[in-house]
Parts: sequence; C-alpha cells; structure tokens
Amino acid sequence: MPVLLELLLLFAEIGATTFGGGYAMLPILQRELVEKRHWTTEEQLMDYYAIGQCTPGIIAVNTATFIGNTKAGMIGGIVATLGVVSPSVVIITIISIFLQNFADLSVVKHAFNGIRAAVCVLIMDSVIKLGKKSIRDLWGWIIFLCVLLASLLSGISPVLLVVLSGVAGIVLKPVADRSAAKAADDAAKSGTEPEASGTLDGEKEDRT
Amino acid sequence: MIYLQLFWEFFKVGLFSVGGGLATLPFLYDISAKTGWFTTADIADMVAVSESTPGPLGINMATYVGHKTAGVTGGIVATLGLIAPAIVVIMIIARILTAFREAKVVQDTFYGLRPASTGLIAAAGIGVAKIALLRIDLFRQTGSVLSLFNWKLILLAAVIYITLVKFRKHPILYIAVAAAAGIIFQL
Repeated sequence: MPVLLELLLLFAEIGATTFGGGYAMLPILQRELVEKRHWTTEEQLMDYYAIGQCTPGIIAVNTATFIGNTKAGMIGGIVATLGVVSPSVVIITIISIFLQNFADLSVVKHAFNGIRAAVCVLIMDSVIKLGKKSIRDLWGWIIFLCVLLASLLSGISPVLLVVLSGVAGIVLKPVADRSAAKAADDAAKSGTEPEASGTLDGEKEDRT
Repeated sequence: MIYLQLFWEFFKVGLFSVGGGLATLPFLYDISAKTGWFTTADIADMVAVSESTPGPLGINMATYVGHKTAGVTGGIVATLGLIAPAIVVIMIIARILTAFREAKVVQDTFYGLRPASTGLIAAAGIGVAKIALLRIDLFRQTGSVLSLFNWKLILLAAVIYITLVKFRKHPILYIAVAAAAGIIFQL
C-alpha cells in the first residue's frame, strides 16, 4: 500500500475510534505505530505528545501532523491530519442533521458509560508502558510525580508544566550524567562492575 | 462572507488554544458573545455531543458550530480553520527538530519532557477514571463512601484490564465490547 494511503486510512481509523481526544489516541498509536509498524519509538511518541501539549492547536491534530510529517514529509503531515479529522466531520454533520437530542438518548448514555470505563483502563495501560521507557532514573520519577500532582491538584496550565520540565531537563541531565559517570568510575576503581563504565544514562545514580 | 468569517474565527481558536479540545471552550464563548452565531446553551449541547461521539473534542466542536452556523460547508470550513495553524506550526517545529535532534540541549530538554509528558497523560487518565468510575455528585448528597464508587463500572474496568493484559487485542475491540456491555447491562 502506498504510504500516503496507509497514513490516511490509519489516521481515519484512529479518528473514528478515539473517544475523548488526544490522550485516548495513545493506546492505538502505540499499537499501530510502535508495535506493529515500527515507524516510531515510544520515546519519540512521548516527544510528539510533549510538543503537541505546548504548541497551538489540539493535541490529536498536532500528533497526527507530526507523525505524518516524519513519515512522509509535508504531504504526509497534511494527509494524516485530514485522516484524523474526517470521521468527526462526517459523524457530527450527520448527527446535527438527524439527531437533535443525540446526547440525551439513553442508549447513547449507557454505551458511553461503558466506553469511558474502557478508555481509562486503556490510557492507564499506555501510561505504564510509556513510563517504563520515559522514566529512567530518580530525576525522571521526581519530574513525573511533580507534573502529575501539579496537574491533578492545581489549575496550572500544562503549557507551563511542559516548559518548566524542559528547563529542568537542561539543568538536571548534566547532573545525572556526572553522578552516573562518577558511579561508573568508582565501580571501575574498586573493580566490582567493570562493565558499567562508559554508560552515561544516569541509570546508576539512584543507587548511590 | 460567512465561510471566510468562520474560517478566520476558528483559525484564531486553533492558533491560540493550547492543549486538548476543552482548551477551545473559552474561545467558543468569546465567539458566541461576539457574533451571536450560537448561544451559551448551544455550547453546552456541543460539549455533550462532542464527548459522546468519536473523534477529537476540538474537531467535533468546530464541525458542530460550523454546521449550526452555515450548514455542511460551514462545518468543513470551521474544521479546516481550526487545524490550519497547527499544521503549519508543527511542520516548522518538525523541521527544526530534525536539524537539531542530536544537539545536547535538545536531548537534555527531552530528558525532562518525557517524564513530564507521561505525568500529564497519567493525570488525564485519572481525570477520565474520576468521571467514569466515581459518582461524586451522589457522594455529596448521601455522604456515604459506598455510594462514591460506581461498582458495576469498576467491575467492568477490572474485567477489561485483566483481558487486556492477558490477550492484548486491538484497543478498538475493548471499546466496542465496553459500549455493548454498557447498553446490555444498562450501566
């Protein structure tokens, strides 16, 4: 299948099955893009979301444009975005023509109570998968918990949280690297863990 | 020219609202007050319809407002207006990012951004769980902790989680089954 058609169909499918916006897209993106097609990694998916959070426009569209653009250039970005929005346009248009009281129908309400239960499970499952990749050390946990608590307990804008975390990354990564290098150094000197030298991932530092 | 006006109004929404679909709400109130195309009660309806149909919330709202204001073409025009700024901005960022991906400062920024992004998504998931599985209104009325939990839906969520971890089928399947369960058991 040509890549543009694949992008269009994939994102149309995502648009037609996403209930509740950009975050609810995540489980399907993970499955289709990371696990099945290997177009992107979970880390990159996180980057797209982080950027999508703090740039203008809604997250679902930003993420679709980003992935399409990365995969097949500008046209790819446009095609993926049109794919993700077209089911909405069709469905909403039909509903506003034929079903004035759609949201009040009891069958719709019951279906949505069930769907919401599924959506929160799916999002949480995605978060666990992403967390394993994106939180690599103690600093990562601290940033994760601060952002989680701040957005749950206060009305701080996500934009501000994303910007602050970016700054925190610039400040903390060298610190993490240094303590990782030091830990590796110590280990090399005492001769206990020679294979650990040279890793600069900061993974060792929470042990010290 | 109503189409041009719709496009422009939603272009501004797309340019200035940052975050999820609900971030577009204040702008919709503003448009309502300025143009009189729809009332604030209409906005409440729009949110209800947008939340009970598939697709990103912001897109659903733009289509709904556009359609209400100027028919089928209006719906399409408003949606295109909403997504146009995002497409341009993201493409510029993607280009910059590709050029500087290896730069240390970019790498360090993402070192902080990835856990933060995960935290924001976790918070969104907890937000959905609060609406989906708890009955905060009922709890306020009765004050009984037992009434706070929507046991049937918690049971459904538990079943979904167990089958998800065990079988790892496509997410759409779980959503479809959950919708059917909601209708059949009147959840």
